[in-house]
Amino acid sequence: MLLKIEKRPEPSRKMVYVTPVLALLLTVVTSMALFEFLGVNPVEALRNFFIVPINNKYGATELLVKATPLILCAIGLSVGFRANVWNIGAEGQLTFGAIVGGGVFVYFHDVDSVFLLPIMIAMGALGGAIWGGIPAFLKTRFNANEILTSLMLVYVALLLLSFLVHGPWRDPDGFNFPESRVFSDSATMPVLLEGTRLHFGTILALLAVFGTWIMLAKTLVGFQVKVIGAAPKAGAYAGFSQKKIIWFSLLFGGALAGIAGVSEVAGPVGQLLPSISPGYGFTAIIVAFLGRLHPAGIIFAGLLMALTYLGGETAQINLGLPVAVTGVFQGMVLFYLLACDVLVNYRFRFNKIGKVTS
Amino acid sequence: MSGVEWIIPILLTVITAATPLVFAGIGELVTEKSGVLNLGVEGMLLVGAVAAFVTATVTGNYFLAVAAGALAGAFLAFLFGVLTLSLMANQVATGLALTLFGVGVSALIGQDFVGIPVDALPKLAVPGLSDIPVLGPVLFGQDALVYLSLFMAALVSWFLYRTKGGLILRAVGDSHNAAHSIGYSVIGIRYLAVMFGGAMSGVGGAYLSLAYTPMWAENMTAGRGWIALALIVFATWKPGLVVVGAYMFGGITILQLHAQAAGLDVPSQILSMLPYLATVVVLVLISKDESRIRKHAPACIGKIFHPAA
Repeated sequence: MLLKIEKRPEPSRKMVYVTPVLALLLTVVTSMALFEFLGVNPVEALRNFFIVPINNKYGATELLVKATPLILCAIGLSVGFRANVWNIGAEGQLTFGAIVGGGVFVYFHDVDSVFLLPIMIAMGALGGAIWGGIPAFLKTRFNANEILTSLMLVYVALLLLSFLVHGPWRDPDGFNFPESRVFSDSATMPVLLEGTRLHFGTILALLAVFGTWIMLAKTLVGFQVKVIGAAPKAGAYAGFSQKKIIWFSLLFGGALAGIAGVSEVAGPVGQLLPSISPGYGFTAIIVAFLGRLHPAGIIFAGLLMALTYLGGETAQINLGLPVAVTGVFQGMVLFYLLACDVLVNYRFRFNKIGKVTS
Repeated sequence: MSGVEWIIPILLTVITAATPLVFAGIGELVTEKSGVLNLGVEGMLLVGAVAAFVTATVTGNYFLAVAAGALAGAFLAFLFGVLTLSLMANQVATGLALTLFGVGVSALIGQDFVGIPVDALPKLAVPGLSDIPVLGPVLFGQDALVYLSLFMAALVSWFLYRTKGGLILRAVGDSHNAAHSIGYSVIGIRYLAVMFGGAMSGVGGAYLSLAYTPMWAENMTAGRGWIALALIVFATWKPGLVVVGAYMFGGITILQLHAQAAGLDVPSQILSMLPYLATVVVLVLISKDESRIRKHAPACIGKIFHPAA
């Protein structure tokens, strides 16, 4: 055989950083071919995708606005993924967080208090944690696969939101549109920069990144997450409870996704609508992997995926490219990343024909 | 006879709702029996649906359309195979990637075809037999894919448990090291099983866009790929039970549609939750007996195979 894949004695630390960049390059090259195929000048398309959206102050802040929910969700997911807890229902946890947090405003819309928004955020976190806690309960108590249960709950949460805004929570003065009241000032995330949509949620996201970093590096529970993920048997031998980590990962990930949900409806969206997220919870899975499940990496990956949303919109307006290109691009990044990751644990060896390798 | 005739349309729709699940479930069953967990069923259904729909609109040939669906599904599954079998990527993460990719690609391909109507897959009518009251239209008046789905389920069951090939496939899924040392090509067999699963999902997708709702809409599978994955656990990896489960879920889907149509005083969104909630409940009921799952699940499922030699 000419080409042989050989296991490395230990994972390559260099490749951990090289493969995301390699994956991106491959994605860009493939998308250029795709743009060509769609009849658009590839260079012009790339410029519209990656440079035009952020070459002014407003665009740069929009990048942060879009990255905020992605980073919040991805940080939470990354903790679970490290411990082999496959929560893929962040979209549902985000939605339920928005329902519970936004519901506070629906029932207390005439309250004008500085406590309203903090309570909404806390309730959003609680809502997300509840939605994440259900798969945790079903997994630890009944051994039900968390991938499938967390995903099924996405559809349930989306339908619940649709029911609420079509029915009991519909704005009484809203001409029968399926939307809640527009959130009042005291229920809205403070804007950080005049004239933009950059809001307090971005600070929450940064706090989550920083807090998770410390949690993973310095605390016992963070250590347990890492050990159980890397070597479940060693974790069990050390007396770490697998069930506790399942609960922790799903509650933590759910709470952060719930905060992302509130920060969307109390931020850029401004009210409860049947659809409040363009799939942030799913794209966050890509963000978590592309960021190497590391808080710092997730910031970069979050910004990059946020850019693909903006770029997709810009390319649609300026070049008439279908907006679905964004989804293809995002899927392709993850595909290439997983393919390139073979280089972390394995290396390719070229053998001369006939020569026996020892 | 008039007493039971109201049940005909219900039974007919149950069959159409169950058929995509039978295809996807049986295909994924073969994949999992070979020891590979492909969570990308949802993505493969979607590309199958869009490929079949586009082919049907352009050529008007349903045979070509279904074949295009199968090819599209198999191609996506092949990509999954390259990543997980040749490049040894994590199967769970790659399956998720396949679904996200499939959602994006199908939306891109189908964007010019949204809202275009197409004639539903023609129903066959077995002369004479389909005129029998009640049983006739239900048993003998379906479209070809309904029969194909059941035929494939029987074929897979026969292949897995009555042929040498099936034995080898199961051996690869239960102990890849042993199968490898006997001299079977673990990777090659798994490629075939994965691509068979993809082709079946593709046909399931074709059924959705050609027969169940003859149209294309973004994300029109609405989680059926994931329900198919749950079905396999429910069926404890037995082909016959996959079919039973698929018809049960078809029944639940149709029940809630009929309840909505009958003006039941429950909001439509709440009724629409039923199939998803039922999936969760069924998973819980089956999974709580951990030893039963362990006894029936292929022992090597999800594990990476890298021959040491």
